[in-house]
Amino acid sequence: MQSDSIHLSRRDALVKLLRVAGAGAGAAGLGFWLSKHSWRPEPTLAMAAKRGHTIAADPTLPEIAVITGDDPAQLTRQAVEELGGIRRFIARGDVVLVKPNIGWDRTPEQAANTNPDVVAEVIRQCSNAGAKRVIVTDVSCNDPRRCFQRSGIAEAARLAGAEVVLPDPAMFKDVDLQGETLRAWPVLDLFLNADKIINVPIAKHHSLTGTTLGMKNWYGMLGGPRHQLHQKIHESLVDLADFVRPTLTIVDCYRILARNGPTGGSLQDVILKKTLVAGTDPVALDAYVAKAYWNLEVSSLPYLKMAANRGLGTYEFEKVRMQIKTL
Amino acid sequence: MRFPKPTKLRVLSQIVFFFLFLFLLLRTEFRGSLTVSASEIRLPYPVSLFFQFDPLVAISNALSSHALYRGLLWSLVVLIPTMLLGRFFCGWICPLGSIHHFFSSFKSERKRGKQLIDSNRYKRWQTTKYYLLIASLVAAVSGTGVVGWLDPFSLLVRSVGLSILPATDHALRACLGVFEHSRYAFVQTVGGALHFILGALLLSFRQPYFRLGIWLGLIFVFLIALNFRITRFWCRALCPLGALLGIVSRWSVLGLVKNPEHCNDCNRCLLRCQGGDDPIGGVPWHQPECHLCLNCVDECPEHGLRFQFFPGQKAVGVNLQRRKVLTGLAAGVAVVPLARSTSGFATERHERLLRPPGALDEEYFLARCIRCGECMKVCPNNALHPAFSEAGIEGLWTPVLVPRIGYCETSCVLCSQVCPTGAIWEIAEKDKGWSDVARADKPVRLGTAFYDRGRCLPWAMATDCIVCEEWCPTSPKAIYLQPVDVIDATGNSKQVKQPYLDPSRCVGCGACEYACPVQDRPAVYVTSVGESRSRANQILLNRRKG
Repeated sequence: MQSDSIHLSRRDALVKLLRVAGAGAGAAGLGFWLSKHSWRPEPTLAMAAKRGHTIAADPTLPEIAVITGDDPAQLTRQAVEELGGIRRFIARGDVVLVKPNIGWDRTPEQAANTNPDVVAEVIRQCSNAGAKRVIVTDVSCNDPRRCFQRSGIAEAARLAGAEVVLPDPAMFKDVDLQGETLRAWPVLDLFLNADKIINVPIAKHHSLTGTTLGMKNWYGMLGGPRHQLHQKIHESLVDLADFVRPTLTIVDCYRILARNGPTGGSLQDVILKKTLVAGTDPVALDAYVAKAYWNLEVSSLPYLKMAANRGLGTYEFEKVRMQIKTL
Repeated sequence: MRFPKPTKLRVLSQIVFFFLFLFLLLRTEFRGSLTVSASEIRLPYPVSLFFQFDPLVAISNALSSHALYRGLLWSLVVLIPTMLLGRFFCGWICPLGSIHHFFSSFKSERKRGKQLIDSNRYKRWQTTKYYLLIASLVAAVSGTGVVGWLDPFSLLVRSVGLSILPATDHALRACLGVFEHSRYAFVQTVGGALHFILGALLLSFRQPYFRLGIWLGLIFVFLIALNFRITRFWCRALCPLGALLGIVSRWSVLGLVKNPEHCNDCNRCLLRCQGGDDPIGGVPWHQPECHLCLNCVDECPEHGLRFQFFPGQKAVGVNLQRRKVLTGLAAGVAVVPLARSTSGFATERHERLLRPPGALDEEYFLARCIRCGECMKVCPNNALHPAFSEAGIEGLWTPVLVPRIGYCETSCVLCSQVCPTGAIWEIAEKDKGWSDVARADKPVRLGTAFYDRGRCLPWAMATDCIVCEEWCPTSPKAIYLQPVDVIDATGNSKQVKQPYLDPSRCVGCGACEYACPVQDRPAVYVTSVGESRSRANQILLNRRKG
């Protein structure tokens, strides 16, 4: 009478049971495995990274070159030449990171960003020395598209043969800076993978430290809440300079922003100095430029002494070998 | 060679215009250039092109401002042919129409066979759009651009530009992140390549976020979902541009000719009808509802339907009910007085109603702004957002600057370049005059910054900071510093620099508020007082130049 009843073979019954057993075992296994892996989510630990890109000192060469003249590109060539030539700094096959200041939505005449001709010449020099890649980048303050374009640096650097990189949020890695004040901080990964790093800051006025020069330029490799660094600006500067230790620093003093820095705006704030100050001692360079153009003593820039104590260089620029030349 | 079927041509036209629209929307963004360093930045494409061809925007602009802004005259290119041909624009060009067309083509439980045929017969409720049109144009006469809430291009740019595309961005970036954070170098490389390709095609320069974005998206999705019940519900019942084009097509010389002898009531024309205009024999054709999609001509197995110039067959025009027309008129008349008789508009303006640079004084601004979101989409700093309550109900979805999310870039005037109606009047960088305020003739000012000294580090916490001063873009800077000796928590004396603000130099760009390290509620903030567009909303008796 039960016409819709079905005949179930032993085999079918066994398969059914096995199916349930398999699914049950799978679910249980997965459940036990997942329950063992439950922990409070924490941000991933900051990684340690390569520090320092310096080259060996050479007592026969000057440590600072101060070159004055009309053509920024020629000044750059001459400055590098005085310091021993680009081949002293760049080896064939190097990945070179050139770090200008491209922080602000300003044109070259407004002197808030590094002179594009200087940047371009540095790139050409590196390429001539056989660098595998030359990368130009900066973590801008204003909108990077505007900063890179209106500063003239993107165009000049590309024409000179560099890779111009506008930072993307995906390109930052949490790095342990191992500083006394700064520890875990997001750093643009290009800074972590370069063989050589050339710092090309521009000399500008700044209300907190008096000037912003070479060491302050390292703000431009950081992401994250870097506005907090001002709270301990001297300690932060030293930690950053200790982390990077550039191969070469060229402080662009062709046009300096004498007032209303670091943004400026008015051409009245700009003074034409037609000078480049280059060297291998970042502390002496900052000390020299601060004294030469803002008449600031070492005592008013505590970070210089702190950096010297860390072994990053000397603030007694009078004592270093210096080559001053006018073309 | 056989000439392609007209419906095929129509689909081709829809696809071309849809992708043109999408392309222009995606390019409503300054993408930067590594090859030129021109200091004047302009977008390379006329990204608000579709608005200039929108007769509804043009008529609303003309009614509310008694003039036609830049380029809106182009809308005649759509309006005049519509008078001759009918609503070809809805069926062949309108990208929102094409989206609805696409989603209407999916069958659903409620749209099958007989039900589908029934739902495609002309319905009385299709006249709703005419009443909405009447109400919004009457409102335009009394000086408001609220027609933009419903204008199809405003709706589309606002929904897709401020919600759908940012959501797409988010999803794509999440997927790319999986690749880019892989532990295998090869997968990372693939991710990098994908990022490059998607970045060139689809992604914004950086992930945009918009206030109210989710609501704009949900409204859009809802309107799309209606197509699963009733084909092109939006176009049939709600679109005020469709209504306008329907009304002017009254004199159209192109019409549907039905050959009643051939009709055997097979209803196949109704199966694919887009406009709900009764192409079937035995009943009059509703000409203003027809989108000229030509599906019925294509579908009729007896070849009993054709479009013809001077058809000589009577069609039904727009058939409105007097009472509803009067209701529409009354609603339109009431919008402005009701919205502006509350205190928000005149006497108690929201302090955070910061308008983009070049924006007209509020009264003129509200008259022209069509809430389309072009300015918000183009803003490189993601600073402009659709208002919810800052500008009152009338100002819903009008742009406000939110400095905490993004400040107004010193040299940027892109929002004024893309605004299709002149609510943000086109200005040049030199008109903005921010980098050299002292020498600028009449710098644009968006408001004035104020300090919350209880939250400011040098004022309240004996801590160095002055990030606001560093970022202040004017020269001389509007933020100035006073060194003072303070006692810190351990009792030690130290010197910090405390910031002050000179309102005569402040342009209200919001860079200080954006950069303030006090993350959640910044210690410096911008309010609208001092905005150059308003004569009333001022602080200083004489605002010194610079």
